[in-house]
Amino acid sequence: MAVLALVEPGEELSLQALSLARDLDGPLHALALDDSELGAYGVETVHVAEHEQLSSYAPGAWAACLDQLVERVQPSTVVAAGTNRGNEVLAHLAARRDLPFAANCAAVGSDGTVTRVRWGGSLLEEARINADLRILSVAPHMVEATTVNGGTANVERFAPELGEEIVRVVEHAETPSAGVSLSEAKVVVSGGRGVGSADGFGMLEELAGLLNAAVGCSRVVTMAGWRPHTDQVGQTGTKVAPDLYIACGISGATQHIAGCKGAKKILAINSDAEAPIIANADYAVIGDLAEVVPAITAELRKARS
Amino acid sequence: MRILVCVKRVPLTGGKMVLTADEQALETRHLGFTISPHEECGVEEAVRLVEEHGGEVTVLTLGPPEAEEQIRDSLANGGDRGVHILTDGSEWDPQATAAAIVEAVEADEAGGGGFDLIVFGNESADAGNYQVGIRVAYALGRPIATGLKGLSVADGTARCEQEVPGGRDVYELPLPAVVSVLEGINLPRYPSVPAKLRARSKPVEQRSPERPAARLEKLRLVVPPGQGKQAEILGNGADAAPRVVEVMREIGVA
Ligand SMILES: Cc1cc2nc3c(=O)[nH]c(=O)nc-3n(C[C@H](O)[C@H](O)[C@H](O)COP(=O)(O)OP(=O)(O)OC[C@H]3O[C@@H](n4cnc5c(N)ncnc54)[C@H](O)[C@@H]3O)c2cc1C
Ligand SMILES: Nc1ncnc2c1ncn2[C@@H]1O[C@H](COP(=O)(O)O)[C@@H](O)[C@H]1O
Repeated sequence: MAVLALVEPGEELSLQALSLARDLDGPLHALALDDSELGAYGVETVHVAEHEQLSSYAPGAWAACLDQLVERVQPSTVVAAGTNRGNEVLAHLAARRDLPFAANCAAVGSDGTVTRVRWGGSLLEEARINADLRILSVAPHMVEATTVNGGTANVERFAPELGEEIVRVVEHAETPSAGVSLSEAKVVVSGGRGVGSADGFGMLEELAGLLNAAVGCSRVVTMAGWRPHTDQVGQTGTKVAPDLYIACGISGATQHIAGCKGAKKILAINSDAEAPIIANADYAVIGDLAEVVPAITAELRKARS
Repeated sequence: MRILVCVKRVPLTGGKMVLTADEQALETRHLGFTISPHEECGVEEAVRLVEEHGGEVTVLTLGPPEAEEQIRDSLANGGDRGVHILTDGSEWDPQATAAAIVEAVEADEAGGGGFDLIVFGNESADAGNYQVGIRVAYALGRPIATGLKGLSVADGTARCEQEVPGGRDVYELPLPAVVSVLEGINLPRYPSVPAKLRARSKPVEQRSPERPAARLEKLRLVVPPGQGKQAEILGNGADAAPRVVEVMREIGVA
């Protein structure tokens, strides 16, 4: 049977989802809102939805499009990326049809079982979807986006029947970006309770400045009001993937690790050699960060002068 | 305004995930319990709205008898009353959870008047199903906006702000509505000792529905590989600095 995938405009994670979806069952169909080049990702037919209700994002309208394509394509499985919108639209679809929905799957078995991500990636669950139509999203960065040889997709225009959607984006405000963004930084200098105060972050900022790094923090720090939540790394904060993550005075709770395990290398600076962060790090310095961090800064300056 | 907030009891897992022998749950014998930070912010947001507009905050949980602790914690942070849907401790799938919440909401609204707003976390801390709030909204026929980092209410409309790359998206929902929020929408208060004492005597109603068969059926839990590598110790104290800089050079960041 066919597989139907939702492709979000300009969303790299949707291409990862397609790379998983094309091996699940029969021909791969995609719902898209623009003329994306999707043949290279194994899509056989792209259904380009056209309707004035789709001019700004409305989760109910996207779900209605999928719902109508389900009737047309008769898929065994509906797939989207495990993004905010991908999960939202599939949850709408599942609610409309009163079907189960498995969010953030890392793998899908041929027998209807899935492996899904829990605790922001710190735990996995093997689960069975007890329904004829399987609805699932693909967890970010668990599957690589790869192309297939010689693929070209048929493009079919598709005019869904949509009522008026109340829930839609009615306004978009740009916020000017300041400094190195946490999620894209090559180096992140991050501080936890061990930094001791808002002022203590001064020495982290100084080191970060030399490394062109972003400053991050743990939840204890945001709860204390030392840093804004936008700096928080972890399950309920930002997920980072730098070349180097420097964790200063951070114990390494699973919910923090969930946000930084995408780093290529982790350096822990901690006074406690038994802290869990050490068992999640590649390198460690044991000691008081108030001595270690300024010493590293001084050493970097010396090496450059 | 009458506002309902839904919170879920979850273990505070610390540095390591350890499973029970049957691989159905986390080993929690030595752990404390909490709710998701998103839900903590949901409670705080509801309490602030009621402080501004008047009304009452109800806190609902579906969980074992011990989950009354999470209701009481939320009442200490400003909630007025609780609804506890009792389970035997086994996990309910998101469809069953949503259906039980809908039933409780309908029963409560028949007695006490409608909820203007129902507040969820964007996702539960443990299961991360990303759907219970959306299912509840559909079943009640109310609009829902998810993942909010900003919320205000005026003239029967909820203005809802979502952070998206480069800026914010805004939705406007007519009340009654359903929302889900993210940590960072506010900074929750710490409960005072008198508030904790008062919370003990606030009313909590109980309900005990049957658990339906799971349609998203948990088979077993698996701890992913990667826990427990051994770091290379670069040194102790300030003396480690030259070696740290050497390593930074090796990996090409200095
Ligand atoms: C559902 C849920 C979601 C969560 N989401 C997040 C999240 O997104 N991000 C997050 O960070 N947390 C999150 N948490 C909280 C998490 O469980 C931990 O409580 C938190 O990460 C601990 O922060 P910390 O490491 O700064 O503090 P602590 O655990 O108190 O650790 C402080 C560390 O600093 C070290 N230290 C102290 N003084 C010094 C010194 N002078 N020099 C060097 N080292 C020193 C100590 O040895 C210790 O290891 C979440 C929790 C839950 C339940
Ligand atoms: N057992 C539960 N009791 C109360 N609320 C819940 C429960 N499970 C989920 N929720 C609510 O639904 C939100 C989304 O959960 P989920 O769909 O599991 O990610 C959570 O943040 C809670 O607000």
